[in-house]
Amino acid sequence: MSDSTAAVGDRVVVERRHLDALVVVLRREHRVVGPVVRDHAIVYGELPSLDALPIGWSDQQEAGYYRLTPSGHGALFSHNPGPDTWKRELFPPQALLFEARRQGRSFEVIASDGDVSAPLALVGVRACELHAMAIQDRVLCDGPFADADYRERRQRAFIVAVNCAQAAPTCFCTSMAAGPQVESGHDLALTELLDDGGHRFVVEVGSERGASVLAQLQWRAPAPADLAAAAAVPAGVAAAITRRLDRTAAAAGLAGQPEHPHWQAVADRCLSCGNCTAVCPTCFCTTVEDRSGLDGDATARWRRWDSCFTTEFTYTHGHCTRCSPRARYRQWLTHKLSTWHAQFGSPGCVGCGRCIVWCPVGIDITAEASALLGTAEALP
Amino acid sequence: MTIRTLGRLLSEHPLFQGLSQETLDLLAGCARNEVHKPGAFIYRTGEDADRFYIVRHGAVALENASVERGVLTIQTLGRGEVLGISWLVPPFRHHNDARAIGWARLVAIDARCLRDKCDQDHDLGYALMRRFLPLFAERLKQAELQLMDVYNVHR
Amino acid sequence: MFTAERAAGAGMVPVPCRVLRRSRETADCCTLVVEAPGGAADFLPGQFNMLYLFGVGEVPISISGDHRQRDRLVHTTRAVGPVTQAIQELRRGDSVGVRGPFGSAWPLQQAQGRDVLIIGGGLGLAPLRPAIYALLRQRRRYGNITVLYGARSPEELLFRRELSLWRERRGIHVEVTVDCAGRGWHGRVGVVTRLIPQCRFDPASAVALICGPETMMQYAVGELLAAGLGADNVYLSMERNMKCALGLCGHCQLGPLFVCRDGPVLSYARVERLLATREL
Repeated sequence: MSDSTAAVGDRVVVERRHLDALVVVLRREHRVVGPVVRDHAIVYGELPSLDALPIGWSDQQEAGYYRLTPSGHGALFSHNPGPDTWKRELFPPQALLFEARRQGRSFEVIASDGDVSAPLALVGVRACELHAMAIQDRVLCDGPFADADYRERRQRAFIVAVNCAQAAPTCFCTSMAAGPQVESGHDLALTELLDDGGHRFVVEVGSERGASVLAQLQWRAPAPADLAAAAAVPAGVAAAITRRLDRTAAAAGLAGQPEHPHWQAVADRCLSCGNCTAVCPTCFCTTVEDRSGLDGDATARWRRWDSCFTTEFTYTHGHCTRCSPRARYRQWLTHKLSTWHAQFGSPGCVGCGRCIVWCPVGIDITAEASALLGTAEALP
Repeated sequence: MTIRTLGRLLSEHPLFQGLSQETLDLLAGCARNEVHKPGAFIYRTGEDADRFYIVRHGAVALENASVERGVLTIQTLGRGEVLGISWLVPPFRHHNDARAIGWARLVAIDARCLRDKCDQDHDLGYALMRRFLPLFAERLKQAELQLMDVYNVHR
Repeated sequence: MFTAERAAGAGMVPVPCRVLRRSRETADCCTLVVEAPGGAADFLPGQFNMLYLFGVGEVPISISGDHRQRDRLVHTTRAVGPVTQAIQELRRGDSVGVRGPFGSAWPLQQAQGRDVLIIGGGLGLAPLRPAIYALLRQRRRYGNITVLYGARSPEELLFRRELSLWRERRGIHVEVTVDCAGRGWHGRVGVVTRLIPQCRFDPASAVALICGPETMMQYAVGELLAAGLGADNVYLSMERNMKCALGLCGHCQLGPLFVCRDGPVLSYARVERLLATREL
């Protein structure tokens, strides 16, 4: 342990060999989840130890393209986010709402207990992902009805954020004011440094909970060189970002363009597969599903993720409101960048670029927005 | 009922607003009162449209009869509404049956006489066209809404 | 704006309620009366419940009864799918899960001191009926009250007996019309929108409440605006696919509006541009 206690807002340095203890400490009371390599991609899974991170792996990401590549060094976070988002943990793809059992001519309803598992510790959360969580907080907790389960998971979750060391060509967090620098929402924030000064992490304390976890690790006060190197990381990443989206113009202009001819051009390519909604960290649409036993005496109602790209999404007794792929793509893009503002006071997009990478035909939200708004591709 | 009284009646009807006294007198001269007993036909499909009517009291049903559907009432017209607007459109024939619902008092206006006068006096013709065209437009709009069968939930 | 904090069974869990009566209205519509959850219904005219049928599913159904009658909840539905079909077959003593009430209410407060026009089409009279009850209960607070109701044919008219009773009352003007009729119908035939120009109201202040198929509502709005009503005095009850009714599942969105939460009752001023766009 170290001599003094770090307070909220302080920055310290933890050597690579001392960071292993972070996962050990967290695992005592949390289910620790972080990036791991599985099925040739980096996804979020349980972390038995810090070594389970994708050490030695980088990725190449472009529109409709994703490959893992060896990084050639031992950095822990030399990759960018893959198809998974933290909503898989905080807002699970399936959740039991209630069970019901027939009782004579009536039935008994047993509400689900909700989340009874250990609190989560999320390791390796990016700035864009923190913004996405804040957006989902507004959607799921700020209305007249809140998702109590989600709120509980969020409040209990311990967040170890990390400042991105590289940008993928598909990133555009800078345009959405959602990164690359981690600013708030974290318990601890790491900036990885691997240079002449050794393999170490500048750790910023974001909360009291973060401070008490840090107190159980070995750390030292940062040298000016450490701080300078750490400050250079987000600046370097921001400079490397090439894709742009004018979020103000999109918020103001897209909802007013429902008949723009470009919608049809996108629709001609869009498969309505819904990949974009599956990998988007802010998409929140769900549906309900009744699963009954064969004897008909017991049934359970589940909530599961849904996508506005399905034809059933708007189906109401005999007809659907948004039938054409054009209407469905228009709904998704307009909602994400424009009408979300009217509903929740911010854009729905954080510029993570996943929808660009994981679209089978490589539809690029930044290019489509530009085409619809008539804005030039290169923006300051 | 004197011509002068009919004249006042016509002058008060929204359809004839703004017409000159001379024209109103002309119309009144072509007009007469009619009373139809319940269920009586005022005109039938295919008959010459040589009169048009304004409902003064009671109601009139526009009907269409077919073998498959029997008798269908397409529309009912009540007080102040205009009946028989086919008088303006060649071949000047009625395409519905018009039947009194209950006792119907109507003002009938001689359309044949009026058509001749419109041919001679184009100003008169224009004034009447201007007033009758919106009736056609309204009927068309209503027919479109009925056609859409909006209450039917099955596609 | 009313927020359903008092909703019985708030959240996604329905409360099983006993069916008191299920009566036939038309060939494919029925009225279902259930015991109120906890014995105390508390809703405003215009709101809806989510009705859950064990093992079949759940649907949003407008409440069509008197909001002052607290011991029961009345719903009128048409059979259009598995759940609503199952509702048609319920008997007294069966159970139905109830969540609600949800959504926004008819602006009866705003309408006080003014003429009120109620225009219903087809099943649309059902969500309007609680408003009619409320207006008649406090008759003196309102100006001229007019109810215009249209349906496809005489056989598809809802609440015929009540319409007759209302027609006979003083202080309320009721007109009923059908799109098409055969023998035996001695009433009006024609679209309901035709009846609007003949009503008595002060266009500068009158409030209109409209519910029916979207096209019918659009036509009615057209007539009302042409007569001089303000778009913020014309209210529609909108319908979209709903799964949660809590504003969380995203299904019922119409542009920026969540119909389950911002609606279903919405002023025309708010939805005009949205309705003008196809497939929004």
